[in-house]
Amino acid sequence: MISVVLVAAIKSVLVVVMVLAGFAYATLLERRLLARFQLRYGPNRVGPFGLLQPIADGIKLIFKESFMPATADRLVYWLAPAISMVAALFVYAVIPIGPEIRFFGTTVPLYIADVNVGILLVLGASSIGVYGVILGGWSSNNKYALLGCLRSSAQLISYELAIGLAVVSVVLTAGSLSLVDIVNAQQRLWFVALQPVGFLLFFIGALAETNRAPFDLPEAEQELIAGFHTEYGGFKFAMFYVGEYVGIITMSLLVTTLFLGGWHGPLLPGPHWVAIKTFAFVCLFIWIRATMPRVRHDQLMAFGWKVLVPLGLLNVVATAVIVALVGG
Amino acid sequence: MPGLFKQSVALLRGLLITGRYLFRPPVTILYPEVKTRVAPRFKGRHWLTRYGDGIERCVGCELCVIVCPAQAIYVRAAENTPERQVSKGERHADQFQINMLRCIFCGFCEEACPTGSIVLGQDYELAGYSRASLIYTKPMLTEPYPGASGRDPGREV
Repeated sequence: MISVVLVAAIKSVLVVVMVLAGFAYATLLERRLLARFQLRYGPNRVGPFGLLQPIADGIKLIFKESFMPATADRLVYWLAPAISMVAALFVYAVIPIGPEIRFFGTTVPLYIADVNVGILLVLGASSIGVYGVILGGWSSNNKYALLGCLRSSAQLISYELAIGLAVVSVVLTAGSLSLVDIVNAQQRLWFVALQPVGFLLFFIGALAETNRAPFDLPEAEQELIAGFHTEYGGFKFAMFYVGEYVGIITMSLLVTTLFLGGWHGPLLPGPHWVAIKTFAFVCLFIWIRATMPRVRHDQLMAFGWKVLVPLGLLNVVATAVIVALVGG
Repeated sequence: MPGLFKQSVALLRGLLITGRYLFRPPVTILYPEVKTRVAPRFKGRHWLTRYGDGIERCVGCELCVIVCPAQAIYVRAAENTPERQVSKGERHADQFQINMLRCIFCGFCEEACPTGSIVLGQDYELAGYSRASLIYTKPMLTEPYPGASGRDPGREV
């Protein structure tokens, strides 16, 4: 019993450390890659190739003044960044990064928990992340922050639906809600081939869910200064940032898990494939940010409700019919 | 529907364009390591030039002091004597100071100078650690040898 708890605890610590390191270097990757898209170099002064830049940023943010607006709602103002960060990290409890491996004579699965409704847990936890955004925007008592968080909540609710519908079609195809079972079901054929529409829906939804360009309305700099985190600075700002970038990694990992066969791939061991596919998707996120202009808010809502949701519903119905005819 | 298809293709073409840019070399110049040449008429730090034979051009007329919109120049003139002929006129600059913190590098002093003595050179790295170090005095401003500023010592004004 104790050994089970111990193994789970060690794995949790490892995952949290890995995810936070991934977050730190995702910010550097984004800045360097975005710079190269714009024919610049990006941060290249701190350490070789700027590799120590995230550490310098972190130290700087910790030692910044912890400012709070006088009219802010104290408790909620302090709580919101924590919600945002914890919800983003919590998701990693159920995302598998590899099959079971032999380790000191015991089989250790490369996931913390194989929850039988894993994908629901992921969606639920990412929805809790929205509370961080909404509460942060509301409690700072600033009109830009309020507008940003209202936009954010509207956007997240409409695009969560599209993501949910895409996930339902995957779940129907795999016949399970467990992420491990979904990956195992893709042993022969990745779901991106069986569910191309679902893949597109999920990917567009993921862009909107993580507040990335072209859907970065909640923090549209030109109109809203910084959106919901206008009044946040120092480490509280960093926590929102953790939530945001961990969200990007999460969504890339989920696309990998749900549509690109997770750890399945030739030659290399499982976790390597997960890392390669996730990295490719993070780069794709940055590539899209370097290319697309921001959409207008009514366009965003219209696209979500009039295109993505009907398309997702149709996709679910079609998948259900095919699964019933073939599998039943 | 055909419109939607065309728009989707447009999105992909946009991605391809930025994708091509990813593999181009950056246009940024890595400044402290790499320096570019400034334009020939760049207005940088000042020089008090000399004639080819080493005689100073400045005759201490103080026209640059009068024209300077930032009041950055201070000149104290002194008479030339037969024993000590510093410049070609009757007088020469005994003291010549330019406050680099006040100077706006407009180049009016160069335009006003009747002998073409004061010129604005090519050097632009003028930072210093104290205010006093940024008041350039006559020994700092005068060319160490004729033509050190990059201007032809034999030019006519």
